[in-house]
Amino acid sequence: MDVIRFRFDGRGIEAEQGQSIGAALIAAGYRSWRSTRRTGQPRGVFCGIGVCFDCLVTVNGSPNQRACLTEARHDDQVATQEGAGRDHLAG
Amino acid sequence: MTTSPAEPRYDVAVLGAGPAGLAAAVAAASTGSRVALIDSASRPGGQFWRHRAGDDGTRQLHWDTFRALRDALERVEHLAGHTVWHAERTEQGFTLHTVNGGAASEVACRTLIVATGAYDRQLPFPGWTLPGVFTAGGAQALLKGHGVLPGQRIVVAGTGPFLLPVAAGLAEAGARVLGVFEAGTPARFTRHPVTALGKLGEAVGYLRTLRRHRVPYRMRSAVVAAHGEATVRAAGVASLDARWRIVPGSTRTLDCDAVAVGYGFTPQLEIPLQLGCATRLDVDGSLVTRVDGQQRGTVPGVYVAGEACGVGGAGLSLVEGELAGLHAGYTTTDTRLNRRHIDRLLRRRAALRSFAAAMHEAYPVRRGWLGWLAEDTVICRCEEVTASEVRRSIVDLGATDPRAVKLYVRPGMGLCQGRMCGYATSWLTAQHHGRGVRQDDLLGMSSRPIAQPVSLGALSGHADD
Amino acid sequence: MEVARTTADVLVVGAGMVGAACAYYCSAAGLRVTVLDRAAIAGGTTSACEGNILVSDKEPGAELELALLSNRLWAALGAELGAASVELHHKGGVVVAKSPEAAGGLATLTAEQRRHGIEAVDVAPDRLFELEPNLAPDITAGAHYPQDMQVQPMLATAELLRRARRHGASVHTGTTVVEFLRGSGGEITGVRTDAPDVPTISAGWVINAAGSWGGSLAELAAAPIPVLPRKGFVLVTEPLPPVIHHKVYTAEYVANVASDDAALQTSVVVESTRAGTVLIGASRERVGFDRSVSIPVLRMLARQAIGVFPFLSDVALLRSYLGFRPYCPDHLPVIGADHRAPGLVHACGHEGAGIGLAAGTGHLIAQLLTDREPDLDLAPFHPARFQEVTT
Repeated sequence: MDVIRFRFDGRGIEAEQGQSIGAALIAAGYRSWRSTRRTGQPRGVFCGIGVCFDCLVTVNGSPNQRACLTEARHDDQVATQEGAGRDHLAG
Repeated sequence: MTTSPAEPRYDVAVLGAGPAGLAAAVAAASTGSRVALIDSASRPGGQFWRHRAGDDGTRQLHWDTFRALRDALERVEHLAGHTVWHAERTEQGFTLHTVNGGAASEVACRTLIVATGAYDRQLPFPGWTLPGVFTAGGAQALLKGHGVLPGQRIVVAGTGPFLLPVAAGLAEAGARVLGVFEAGTPARFTRHPVTALGKLGEAVGYLRTLRRHRVPYRMRSAVVAAHGEATVRAAGVASLDARWRIVPGSTRTLDCDAVAVGYGFTPQLEIPLQLGCATRLDVDGSLVTRVDGQQRGTVPGVYVAGEACGVGGAGLSLVEGELAGLHAGYTTTDTRLNRRHIDRLLRRRAALRSFAAAMHEAYPVRRGWLGWLAEDTVICRCEEVTASEVRRSIVDLGATDPRAVKLYVRPGMGLCQGRMCGYATSWLTAQHHGRGVRQDDLLGMSSRPIAQPVSLGALSGHADD
Repeated sequence: MEVARTTADVLVVGAGMVGAACAYYCSAAGLRVTVLDRAAIAGGTTSACEGNILVSDKEPGAELELALLSNRLWAALGAELGAASVELHHKGGVVVAKSPEAAGGLATLTAEQRRHGIEAVDVAPDRLFELEPNLAPDITAGAHYPQDMQVQPMLATAELLRRARRHGASVHTGTTVVEFLRGSGGEITGVRTDAPDVPTISAGWVINAAGSWGGSLAELAAAPIPVLPRKGFVLVTEPLPPVIHHKVYTAEYVANVASDDAALQTSVVVESTRAGTVLIGASRERVGFDRSVSIPVLRMLARQAIGVFPFLSDVALLRSYLGFRPYCPDHLPVIGADHRAPGLVHACGHEGAGIGLAAGTGHLIAQLLTDREPDLDLAPFHPARFQEVTT
């Protein structure tokens, strides 16, 4: 099966074809890729099926993507999401 | 109500491609209806038959049934990757507003079959927000859908028979499962007359698997705390009394790197509620859609099958899906129904529902779980609302129902819209007022006019990309 | 739990923002207050609005006077309750215009408002982008209203009732008024309810603070007032960092607020909340108590919001809610004693301004019921004004 290669916070991650970003990150040993808005706590996959919105991550510049649902694609730039993930808008 | 000038493209639209939705779509198509099957996943199967590309089904249940249904989808238009964010009644039927990636589109249909399934029901406990704590279904989904183990040393906890396949699957895939901690004492259940249905046979098989992997199965015990800094490092496991209160001094700590928990299921009712379908409180305490003998909801043209009208497992979902699909198909194509086949399905539905009710009665949630909460335990994961903030809104601000709690201190206002915390918030409010959780409590936390986030650009009609 | 009291000086019907303010000011003035609501605290229109405390959308007249009084009272309430406890925010309002016509109309309005005591500052485009960096580049004119405020309406209602309880008030939710009790002279002496714990309540005064349902309550007292529902949607986005600093709306909003047109009107109002979500509001439709969601309305609001803040295009809509603003034909609230039913006092019909105007309304009602001279002339709000028109 084809191996998908993407970047997570600059590091190379491999995923199987069809695997979600969340699953690939867990397989690579990561558990969290988001910090909460209010208390900055780490979060990762919880429900795994797109219901809880805890595993939010920034993919190719778009924040709030559910890592458990978003299929990993070649050359994706995946980044840890701090808070709401749109700090660039705050002026 | 809006009017769509053209005749709807589909006679029947089915929401959800799990057992109920697949059975419904295939049955409706067999009557000659034009059928759309709408599902957010890229592959059919739902949570029950979640699988990877090229999966040969070795570790799946009833895989032959799935393959037959999947093959029969040739006659159905399968709109994979589509999420419905709003359903609207029209003069000719319904318009379903969907998003696929960033793109918005609409699907018009004359009748609608809702088979949206359910997700794990959660009881919060200290530390449950730590990365490495998963829902039982989430742990299973990682494995079945992606071939990934959530950890190497895993604690499985909660209540209900679903814990068994989850634990067995993890153990078979090579994880060290440190134990299955079942809060209830489902001993009576084994004597239920519907044992013949083979369901218990499944359970026995899982227990055998667990024994082979030396996984202990403990009743009246629960994970009441998760410990760790950045990720879970240990689970606090306690013995419970009959009301699920922690037996003093019984808590011990198990070193682990993952916890999988689930206390039954919460059916997904966004679409029936948007359309105004009536609901009821099921035996397991879930809010479910009311349906009649044809799987019709109380709104004309809406059929509901599977967990959305009562949690009962894949077997019942298949029967309900077929009933819904046949009736919706007969209605839209004016074909004659096969009475004997329908009667057979109805008898099977009755038996499986009786089994489900017995199962729910054997695995009730007991109020003692509220005592597991610390003041600073998060109830709403999205908005990070703690147990003490919820209680303050009840005691100081006069919240008499969970919707009021939500309005004052925000549990359920976040991205998941109360799907995770609605049940717990309802319990906390009801308990304070000295009563049980009522249908209205759950309804107050379940209204979601926008079922899934949709970008304002997509909504406004501007291209998103 | 509270002990049911069956007699009160003042019985407030409606535990929304206006009822809570009436209970708060009356109990603070030493009156014994009981509050009833058929549902929950802040569960009606209060739970379906944006928490506006505005002077900017008022044209000169009685409502402006009430808005200015309320503005001062809210500032005092914020200091007393603690601004954080009710999320009271002195954020100010910014009104923007794209077309030369709208800009011209806005300049005329601000000049007029300044003459009547509103701080309305005309703002040049470059300064406008300092106030709101994410505004659409084609906005050509604007005005800044430093007095505009925002509050979390449900919290504020609950908090005011909490204070009222401290002053001895009792609150009964899930309790519906089924009948008015009358004395020998036909005067109202209390109500009968559907709740077994408080089957009857006798009171010197009954305050109709039933909001959009104020018309039906008045009807029950055989003292009809023309309060009707005007449906409005509000969109709620995903939480964002602080990106919108003021309450921002388009100049057309003022025209729509005062409009008599029954057809759908939208003129967008956009603002951030303390929780991070952005609220997009202000559709207005007269379609009775129809709770159905209208996708075309949501679509239009989204489109207009993007027109003011283009970045919103890829921000997710998370929720929407709808409410029924209680409006009267002349767009003024009904505040005052109803002589057709002695003992009945109206405090409803505030349309989309009920949160802001609640403070002034409650304060004036308390003055009225304690025989003090009201700070404002109540004549323009008097319920008799409708009879004068019809008879």
